[in-house]
Amino acid sequence: MLNSLSTLWENDLVKIGVTLGAVYALYLLAGAALGYDLSGQLNSLRRLTFLIVLYGVGALVVNLHWGYSGLFNIGIVGFMAVGVYTTTILTRPVAGQNPTGTLPGLGLPLPIAIIGGVLAAAAMGYVAVLPSLRLREDYFAIVTLAFAEIIRITAKASELQEFTIFGTTLGTGGGRGIRTYPNPIDQFFNGAGKPIVAAASSFGIDGSLVTGWAFVLVLTLLLGLVYWLIVRLAESPFGRVLKGIRDDEQATTALAKDTNPFKIRVFIIGCAILGLLGIVWQGSQGYIAPGLFVPQLTFFIWIAVIIGGAGSNTGSIIGSILFVGIIYLGPGYLRRLVEEYVGLQGSVSTFPNAVGALLGGNVDPFLLYNLDQTSALRVVLTGVFLILLLRRRPEGLFGSRREIAASIDLESRVRDRRNSAGADGDSE
Amino acid sequence: MTPMSTASDERASSDDQLSAETLLEVEGITKSFGGIKALNGASFEVATGTLTGLIGPNGAGKSTTFNVISGMFNPDAGSVRFAGEDITDLSPDRTAKRGLVRTFQLAREFQNMTVLENLMIAPEGQIGESSWRSVFPGTRGAVRSQEEEVFEEAWEMLEFFDIDHLALENAGNLSGGQRKLLEFARALMLEPDMLLLDEPFAGVNPSLEEKLLSRIETLRSQGQTFLLVEHDMDLIMEHCERIIVMHQGETLLTGTPEEVRSEEQVIEAYLGGNVA
Amino acid sequence: MLMSIVDTIKQRDLLGGNTRLIGGAVIGLLLFIDLARRLTSGDLTAALLAGYIWNGLTFGLIVGLAGVGLSLTYDLLEFANFAHGDYITASAFFGWGTAYLFAGAGEFDPGSLFFLGVGGTLYPGDVGISVASAPAAIVAGLIVAAVAGAVLAVLLDRLVYSSIRQAGTISLLIASIGVAFTLRYLTVYVFTQQSFGLTVSAWVYRIPLPGGKLNISAPSLLLVSVSLLTMLGVHLMLTRTKLGKAMRAMGANRDLARISGIPSERVITTTWLIGGALAGLAGFMIALLQGTITYQIGWTLLLLVFAGVIMGGIGSVYGAILGGVLIGLITRVSLVWIPASFTEAMGFGIMVLILLTRPQGLFGGEIS
Repeated sequence: MLNSLSTLWENDLVKIGVTLGAVYALYLLAGAALGYDLSGQLNSLRRLTFLIVLYGVGALVVNLHWGYSGLFNIGIVGFMAVGVYTTTILTRPVAGQNPTGTLPGLGLPLPIAIIGGVLAAAAMGYVAVLPSLRLREDYFAIVTLAFAEIIRITAKASELQEFTIFGTTLGTGGGRGIRTYPNPIDQFFNGAGKPIVAAASSFGIDGSLVTGWAFVLVLTLLLGLVYWLIVRLAESPFGRVLKGIRDDEQATTALAKDTNPFKIRVFIIGCAILGLLGIVWQGSQGYIAPGLFVPQLTFFIWIAVIIGGAGSNTGSIIGSILFVGIIYLGPGYLRRLVEEYVGLQGSVSTFPNAVGALLGGNVDPFLLYNLDQTSALRVVLTGVFLILLLRRRPEGLFGSRREIAASIDLESRVRDRRNSAGADGDSE
Repeated sequence: MTPMSTASDERASSDDQLSAETLLEVEGITKSFGGIKALNGASFEVATGTLTGLIGPNGAGKSTTFNVISGMFNPDAGSVRFAGEDITDLSPDRTAKRGLVRTFQLAREFQNMTVLENLMIAPEGQIGESSWRSVFPGTRGAVRSQEEEVFEEAWEMLEFFDIDHLALENAGNLSGGQRKLLEFARALMLEPDMLLLDEPFAGVNPSLEEKLLSRIETLRSQGQTFLLVEHDMDLIMEHCERIIVMHQGETLLTGTPEEVRSEEQVIEAYLGGNVA
Repeated sequence: MLMSIVDTIKQRDLLGGNTRLIGGAVIGLLLFIDLARRLTSGDLTAALLAGYIWNGLTFGLIVGLAGVGLSLTYDLLEFANFAHGDYITASAFFGWGTAYLFAGAGEFDPGSLFFLGVGGTLYPGDVGISVASAPAAIVAGLIVAAVAGAVLAVLLDRLVYSSIRQAGTISLLIASIGVAFTLRYLTVYVFTQQSFGLTVSAWVYRIPLPGGKLNISAPSLLLVSVSLLTMLGVHLMLTRTKLGKAMRAMGANRDLARISGIPSERVITTTWLIGGALAGLAGFMIALLQGTITYQIGWTLLLLVFAGVIMGGIGSVYGAILGGVLIGLITRVSLVWIPASFTEAMGFGIMVLILLTRPQGLFGGEIS
């Protein structure tokens, strides 16, 4: 019994499923403790899954760039911004057709605009990687960071907020940001899908929950597609060369491999996916601004990869589940639980006041202050956790695992050889 | 051993050129590193199908010569010709594509990859190295069948060198001698016309050394050329047809083992004296 | 097609540093000519240009000072310390809290003072610090900022970096990113994301020039003097003291350093102390110059500091200072040609250019 359980665990999908299940269970418990009804619980899980899937895609790309190819990309948010900003500008209604006071765009249909956004992100990736091929890792990292900052500055520039070129008026919205595009899922459920929403309401489930979950399921499909694509890439001769580049680029070159096309291709593919990620993540929230594309987000995505172990695709997904479930959303739930069960007197004030009160024997203001600062504390927690990980277990959860880069199952073939050699009674 | 379909039309040595006498021609290469002259006009030739030894005391410039020949460094002056073609300024990957492959003195195996992957990465012309072909269902079939071939070759190599039990072991976990073996085997997977071996026997046990030598012999009789850097004098004298002696960045002399053995200057050089 | 482009780039590189030098000189000449043209045509007034140059110099000196520490640790310990920006921020807050305490002691509640009146308990006008009105407070703040920076740098090295020193440059880089975010958001935890006004205006020295006046503010004068004095101090330390000579030896001759073993703990500690102290000074002064401080003040500076360090050459103290001044000048003088929103991007662009064409910078000897 134990044996068959452990073989079951060997399967990656099972690993992912069990981890997700455990986190779900945790959140259901928390929700119950907070008195959530069915809708509340479903919404809680929806939000959790939404973020897990998105971080998962980001983590897979970072793993592809860094874990597989040794390309230290810390400009992640920049490529996401290029994708979503391009799509927004391409699809926003043309001047004159949009509601007054909002920025015009080129009025293209959303699917075309999405393709445009992905291509733009890929092109930006090309521009970034092409001249940087010879750079060693830390310089490459600095260049990607510089690119991300230049992109953010460009998006924020008031000169580009609204401008006219070749007779067309366009704009990025500058520092204030810009409205993006309607979610096709919402549109579906407002139109043809109305009966489904009505049916759900009869069960006491909110309509927005239906559309929300539908969108999450679509995103999960996207994650699956990205996972499939990346695994295909990684488990192939192409992926083998990538790993060679990461381990020892000079030795790879000495084996008659020109490493440049590999690095370029893998970087562009990753950036294209990042563009798509921005399009479905920030773009789906209805409004984007430069302030959304901050290094903090890059940092969080990287953490997910490091927790899971750089080099392992399954690790990236599991790392995302654990990061979002525990570090990212966890503190918020903890706060709500404390607010629910621990009666705290007073209101939130400033740090010096809270500490002053603490020293005077009154704990409440200090606790209140901490509860108010969960988003900052969350980052501190992440930073400390990263440092501890690097000291104790730099390979993360699955980093030392063997994920073989070949298009055929080598392990089973080796087993076959050994078995047949044993059966014959002699080996060479 | 079934030959891999070498899609490499960059191979310098087509059939008619293989019969030429001199395969590698190094002429007057000079290389300085920040004021230190590592190579000072070294010149020598290597004939096709020979096992040639390159010897000299430490600091003679042997590894630097390999680095220049293989394209890792561009010489300050001089030229390198392979199969009649000037390869002086070619990058390492281009040089290797021409059929001139080198191994490293300190084995540079891919530590986080299994031994099998280390071998399978080497062969040229793998269509799966295209990102497009390795992903899409239609073309992936062809990739998979080529992978089977590559696997067969790699497995045969592993069995010959008696390291098939290490097939799925991470290369970083191997012992020193095993890593040298892997380095050699991996280079062989490229089916090179000429192999530059940088101390391939260091740390390898005698029986395995015998195996390696016999393999080299077999390949040599099939037309492959070897240039060997070694400190084991007996080995060099016994197996090499020709020996090149380097000293202080220059070629001291070249000749047969007998000629070299008796040459006064060689003994002087090794004892550290200045050669007249 | 992709590959032919890559090949052309590779081949062009082989044309060597001469083309780049000539290219750079040509561009410089063209810009100079255009500058002269604008000055004579009246598009650009001498006063405006002088203002740009003065601002560029003062800003650049700060970037340069911050860069010295970064450059030293990058060279000696072989990793890019991405937390350096947050060292700047943290020590700046310490310094200014102290300055406020000094200036407002007795009149205001110490808690409010040291925490800069977070949450609106205090305003700059209440305390009224400026270079002219409270010089002692400013000096006290400077000193505390330097000390705080030094202590912070050594502390974090002991806590975080020393145990993973052999883990490789990338692991250290990642760790420094962890430290950076931890520090930054601890600052947010204490000070929130509020932007704090710090000073009231002191006197401004106005020099009449064609087209207007060149404004030289008191803070900028203080800044320049402090920077020059500090640079002199660092120079003396490096050339006259035994420890300084050891640092230079270790930095300059990597092979010698390798043979004699890992840099001694004393040299490492001294490097962090100096780098941290300079970061503290830079932080205090940039806040003084801008008149405001936020939790991001160091981070926004960091990429430009990297730019200066890379331009000057990693490991070179003088290179870091010169590179910083160059960056300052570039980001300010480029206002002649490009809109204000993009001047920072210009600095980054130049850095990327340097990394791609001459990664060892002006004075660095390292091959990338």
